[in-house]
Amino acid sequence: MDPHPASLLPLPSATFYILMALAAEDRHGYAIIQDIEQRTNGALRLSAGTLYRSIQRMLEQGLLVETNDRPAPEFDDERRRYYRITPFGAAVARAEAARLNDLVRMARASGFAPEKA
Amino acid sequence: MRLYRLLLHLYPASFRNEYAEEMCGVFARRLRDTSVPALPALWTGVFFEVLFNSLAVHADILRQDLRYTARALRRTPGFAVTAVLVVALGIGANTAAFSLADQALLRPLPFPDPGRLVRIWETESGYGEMEPSPANYRDWKAMSHSFSAMGYYTNSALNLVGKGEPERIQIAMFDKDLLPALEVQPLFGRIFSPADDRDGAPGTVLLSYGLWQRQFGGDRGILGRQLLLNGERFTVIGVMPRDFYFPSRDTQLWTAFRLKADGYADRNDNWIYPIARLRAGVTVAQASSEMAVVSAQLERQYPQENQKIGARVVRMGEDVSPQSRLLLYALVAAAACVLLIACTNLANLLLVRALMREKELAVRTAIGAGRERLVRQLTTESLVLALAGGALGVLVATVTVPLLSRLVPNSLPVGQASAFDWRVLLFAAALTALTGVCFGVAPAWRICRHADLTALREGARAGSGKKEVLRSALVVAEVAASVVLLVSTGLLLRALWKLQGNDPGFRTEGVLTLRTALPSPKYDSTASRTAFLNRVLGEVRQLPGVTGAAYISFLPMAMGGGIWPVEVGEHVVERSAAHTASMRFVTPGFFAALRIPIETGRDVEENDTLGRQYVAVVSRSFASRYWPRQDPLGRHFKMAFQDRTVVGVVGDIRVRGMERESEPQVYFPYRQVEDASFQFYQPKDLVIRAAGNSAGLLPQVYRIIRSADSEQPISDVRTLADIVESSTASRAVEVRILAAFAAVAFLLAAIGIHGVLAFVVSSRSREIGVRMALGAQRGAIVGAVLLRGALLAAAGAIPGVAVAWFSGKSMEALLAGIKPYDAATFLAATGLCLLMTLLGCVLPAWRAARVDPITAMRNE
Repeated sequence: MDPHPASLLPLPSATFYILMALAAEDRHGYAIIQDIEQRTNGALRLSAGTLYRSIQRMLEQGLLVETNDRPAPEFDDERRRYYRITPFGAAVARAEAARLNDLVRMARASGFAPEKA
Repeated sequence: MRLYRLLLHLYPASFRNEYAEEMCGVFARRLRDTSVPALPALWTGVFFEVLFNSLAVHADILRQDLRYTARALRRTPGFAVTAVLVVALGIGANTAAFSLADQALLRPLPFPDPGRLVRIWETESGYGEMEPSPANYRDWKAMSHSFSAMGYYTNSALNLVGKGEPERIQIAMFDKDLLPALEVQPLFGRIFSPADDRDGAPGTVLLSYGLWQRQFGGDRGILGRQLLLNGERFTVIGVMPRDFYFPSRDTQLWTAFRLKADGYADRNDNWIYPIARLRAGVTVAQASSEMAVVSAQLERQYPQENQKIGARVVRMGEDVSPQSRLLLYALVAAAACVLLIACTNLANLLLVRALMREKELAVRTAIGAGRERLVRQLTTESLVLALAGGALGVLVATVTVPLLSRLVPNSLPVGQASAFDWRVLLFAAALTALTGVCFGVAPAWRICRHADLTALREGARAGSGKKEVLRSALVVAEVAASVVLLVSTGLLLRALWKLQGNDPGFRTEGVLTLRTALPSPKYDSTASRTAFLNRVLGEVRQLPGVTGAAYISFLPMAMGGGIWPVEVGEHVVERSAAHTASMRFVTPGFFAALRIPIETGRDVEENDTLGRQYVAVVSRSFASRYWPRQDPLGRHFKMAFQDRTVVGVVGDIRVRGMERESEPQVYFPYRQVEDASFQFYQPKDLVIRAAGNSAGLLPQVYRIIRSADSEQPISDVRTLADIVESSTASRAVEVRILAAFAAVAFLLAAIGIHGVLAFVVSSRSREIGVRMALGAQRGAIVGAVLLRGALLAAAGAIPGVAVAWFSGKSMEALLAGIKPYDAATFLAATGLCLLMTLLGCVLPAWRAARVDPITAMRNE
């Protein structure tokens, strides 16, 4: 039922970051923001609006699901919703990474990027 | 924190319900992490962030809804096409009607501060409004203080000899104060100065933009050039702006008035049109009461001439005739009726659709779609339909408006009625939005209130009783509105037929007419005119097929005025409608050419000349007014300064057209006129009766006139039948439009009835199946469906007839004597309503009769 992963490319950067934040484990909204902030060394701090707008769209596109598996009670907060990446979401993220990789390779061939990152 | 929650209201409710808590949590942490000095920056950032993201979410939802709508409409193309067409008809009709009414009734006049411009009419008991005489005008102007400026004009026509063919053009004569009162400046050049406007001053002329472009190629060097008008030289002093159309759309140029010194002599010589500008702060009512005082003073001063003479101040632009005003109101009302029917019909269609989708909507609610989300979705759908319909409707209107422009009175100082500007588009857009919301939101709310789990129960009957009441009410309203339209159209149609069936008093078949207005001073002498007319008539009568030809001052219906007071024996000279008649000069043979019967006595003759007794031929009504049951021949009466003897009586004709009653007619011989007098009444309209194709004679007639005078222009070439027809043309156009509206309404109402019944039948097929299984006859089932249709129709027809009666009452002035409760019309309309019901019932009834009990029950 899901469309082909390539049809969603290129991904908006917020979407790609959220997918990466959820790659390893299910997270709630604030944890996603924190994760992205750490990954980018504080360069990118998503606002609540951007985060939830992206999440809403990603839910509709089938990249994420809301999960009912709660973490251990001592870490849990009733109010929070947890999100999990779907296999389709993972496929889309891989496709996006491949696309970026190709792009970097081309940039390198043109002398725009260092030979080894 | 509360401020943040408030900001979140910019998001759609569905999004807020879902994420507001989480977002507040995130924001609370951020707030905690921010130091006090950084707070203003944080809030500014948050404000713009919420603004941007909420718009983005709205856009996301819109995109999603549009996608969903497109899919839903693709699934039911029949519905989509019907809905769009219905909206297009409704909006098209209203846009067209609005653009006309806007031109004629709403739009301010194209002059600076138009609210202060007024016309001043002379009034006389029993006469209504008429133009004042220059003498009265001069006194009004001197004695009143309500006006900051006052000027006057009159209409005329001139022969222009320019390049190529000599041309007959419509002009107006302005006095020096008129353009300053209107506050209009020429495009270039100057306006008339006091020196231009004096008796005996050399001729000066302002050109219209159109004439300047057409005749002189828009050459700016035109200033100072001389034109030959009626044989006199006029100097061009300026060109008026492109949008200056005054006093009418056909006016091509303006000359200075140059009122003759003796123009003030006769207080009853009513012929000028004054325009005045109210002083700032003075109301029309104040000006009127001042003018009443002034008139009373003048009446004391001139008890004979100004007896019962008053003055009326009317805001300019408000003097669109009551009849054309009423016609336009009728048009707008009819268009509104069509839109109302279209909207109810669509609401009904959408309701049916929504009911069919009840299960789907219930499922969506069950999986968490908020009610607000569903309403929004359904509203988007109806707005998309309305938008498509509106666009198509504007297209319909663009096509129809030029056809309707004949309804805009020619007397308005506005340009072509094709103006399709932002006002009209704005109106159409507003109407579209309103339509979309009206027919979309109501059903959406209704559905969502009911979109609960009951709909999910297997075999639940779609459309509970309550909803059917609503839908039936909508259909009843449609039927009522279409009955109103049918009756109104019927009444106007009957009035039109009645008018067109009136006997004009003459026979039109095979009569060709044209005008050769002989210019002054070239043809001031009666002898020179007689020579021209006789030469033309003599040669025209020789043409093959011609059975009669004659000249008259003005053709009947083409010109209704030329009314003079009549004095007979002991009758005192009292100017009142009861003692006036229309006056014409004719050549011998006029009555024969128009087949107006000569009842007693004789026609005018060639030897009725100036040296002999003044004679007259009068109409039957004239004779019986003054000499009832007596022989009118040889009687005397006084009219137009002479004592005249009746030598013949002819049948009455409708000088004022088919719509109005006409004054009795009086005809004088064309030779009994002193040189340079009655210029206005000189015979200028040629009538030619011919067997066969009279239009084929035209080239020969042109050649004859050219050879008589090569500079003489020929204008107004028409058949007499055209003239008679155009006297009812605007009414005929109006009736045709109304008939089209009524037909649309009729169709829509039939669709509405069909929709309700079809739905009832399909949603009850199980019940019908059970009843059939239990032995019900097919006839009884069909009867039940028909009964339901008949009930709907009757419920709509009864209030419809009542409203139609009121609308007929309010149109009574247009009905030419047809009674607003005309039985034939009401019967016909009700009959059509019955037909409409039957049409609506046929398919559902047939379907009900074909319900197969076994299938119907197995579907469970």
